[in-house]
Amino acid sequence: MAEVTDSGGRPEEIRAVPVRRPGRWLAAAIVLVVAVAIVHSAASDPRFEWHVVGDYLFDKRILAGLRVTIELTVIAMAIGIALGVLLAVMRLSLNPLVSGASWIYIWFFRGTPVLVQLLFWYNIAALYPKIALGIPFGPAFVHPDANKLITPFTAAILGLGLNEGAYMAEIVRAGIISVDEGQSDAAQSLGMTRLQTLRRIVLPQAMRVIIPPTGNETISMLKTTSLVSVIAVGDLLYGAQIIYSVNFKTIPLLIVASIWYLVCTSVLYVGQYYLERYYGRGASRQAQLTPLQRLRLGLFPRREEGV
Amino acid sequence: MSTSMVKAEGVHKRFGRHEVLKGIDLEVTSGEVLCLLGPSGSGKSTFLRCINHLEKINAGRLSVDGELVGYRPVGDKLHELREAEVARKRAEIGMVFQHFNLFGHMTALENVTCAPIRVKHFGREQARMRARVLLDRVGLADKHNAYPSQLSGGQQQRVAIARALAMEPKLMLFDEPTSALDPELVGDVLEAMKQLAADGMTMIVVTHEMGFAREVADNVVFMDEGVVVESGPPGDVLANPRHERTRVFLSKVL
Repeated sequence: MAEVTDSGGRPEEIRAVPVRRPGRWLAAAIVLVVAVAIVHSAASDPRFEWHVVGDYLFDKRILAGLRVTIELTVIAMAIGIALGVLLAVMRLSLNPLVSGASWIYIWFFRGTPVLVQLLFWYNIAALYPKIALGIPFGPAFVHPDANKLITPFTAAILGLGLNEGAYMAEIVRAGIISVDEGQSDAAQSLGMTRLQTLRRIVLPQAMRVIIPPTGNETISMLKTTSLVSVIAVGDLLYGAQIIYSVNFKTIPLLIVASIWYLVCTSVLYVGQYYLERYYGRGASRQAQLTPLQRLRLGLFPRREEGV
Repeated sequence: MSTSMVKAEGVHKRFGRHEVLKGIDLEVTSGEVLCLLGPSGSGKSTFLRCINHLEKINAGRLSVDGELVGYRPVGDKLHELREAEVARKRAEIGMVFQHFNLFGHMTALENVTCAPIRVKHFGREQARMRARVLLDRVGLADKHNAYPSQLSGGQQQRVAIARALAMEPKLMLFDEPTSALDPELVGDVLEAMKQLAADGMTMIVVTHEMGFAREVADNVVFMDEGVVVESGPPGDVLANPRHERTRVFLSKVL
């Protein structure tokens, strides 16, 4: 038997021999071999034409397209989130007309493909040649030409944003429902109105549930914007297509586009992490560590544990 | 002083087909501490929630400080109050819940300043100053910046009491304030409530703490199955219950 206590009478720290895990070593070896094979084939195969990728990565047309892609993502998500909050609150309304209207909106926009919706908005002028603003069934004050008002870019914004609103509505509704009813009781007993309760008490706590799927939606939106190339909006993919339709370097230019999409989604990952951290405050007893702190903890575990 | 603060006449409340309150009559005068006792499901908490209109009553009359709760009499009809009016009246009635219901995304101090700033439109600094005084008074001088999740149940409940007091209510409702607490944490909360009673606050307390009822209450009401079985000073009701139902209940909890 080993000694249980040291000289101070305190039980000795357990330093057991770890269990051997041969499976891990085997899995690691397989993963390594596969990874090397993939990288080698990509790097050595001349058809990848990496020098072309390098030539076009910062091409003017690619960067202009990237800008449009980011603009579309930001504006469409902003519309989607605002609309989503509105629709979610409407769905939870006690007024059956209001909640019914929200239900029908969500049913329609979730039930048809976003590509169809984009084409629809693009061709809206065929349905309504003139869009008039005025008294219903009465005189119109302004009536701009639909073809001029709905440019491809506006059609893209409308198509993506209105569609996203339907998805965000369900996400926000799930968040609102997740907040304990006692929170509303407490807020109302203090004299807050329903709107104040929603804005100050319920929504901030719903954010913890809303943020992760919203991050998912944003990443998804960034990629969905590539659909707008079919209605002649000059986004990132469109930029790549324009170039390879002339020089036929299809694969390298698709790689260029992919690299930029990956860069953007990576940035979104970081943003989402810090948003979650902010809205998670008060949710757990200990403050969450930032990735840097965690990295240090992973590299030098003993030093960080403290004594 | 013996002006009426809360007056209930034949108050009925139904949830669907289930009748929870079957005609409650009682009166609480200004400055009085009333304890509501009774088995769970007897309607005590529901009655409390009717007083600040978190629940609508179906029949009878319920008034606070001489004004009907939730309605305005016009001729021989009742008109529903608008939301803002209901909110204004609720702001004058403090409520403390069994599960504290502190706002999880706010520190203790923010919990206490939130309603004064948003509802009473106090300045931020002024609200903070008063909140610090209140938190100190309930013994939480060193916990101003803690989030609810970092506080024990007893500490959370005392923050909740401070949060209600920050609105300077004329009436305080306590819904089983110590039922969710570990036994050794109950004392601090009861102490804060005793202090409040000694300061002359009108209080209605739903509780199973017989010691508190005996010591602090001016009157106790024993409820069962939606009706008031008996009421009176704690010395009478707790020591010499007249009804068999009260006697059986007390023998189980004492």
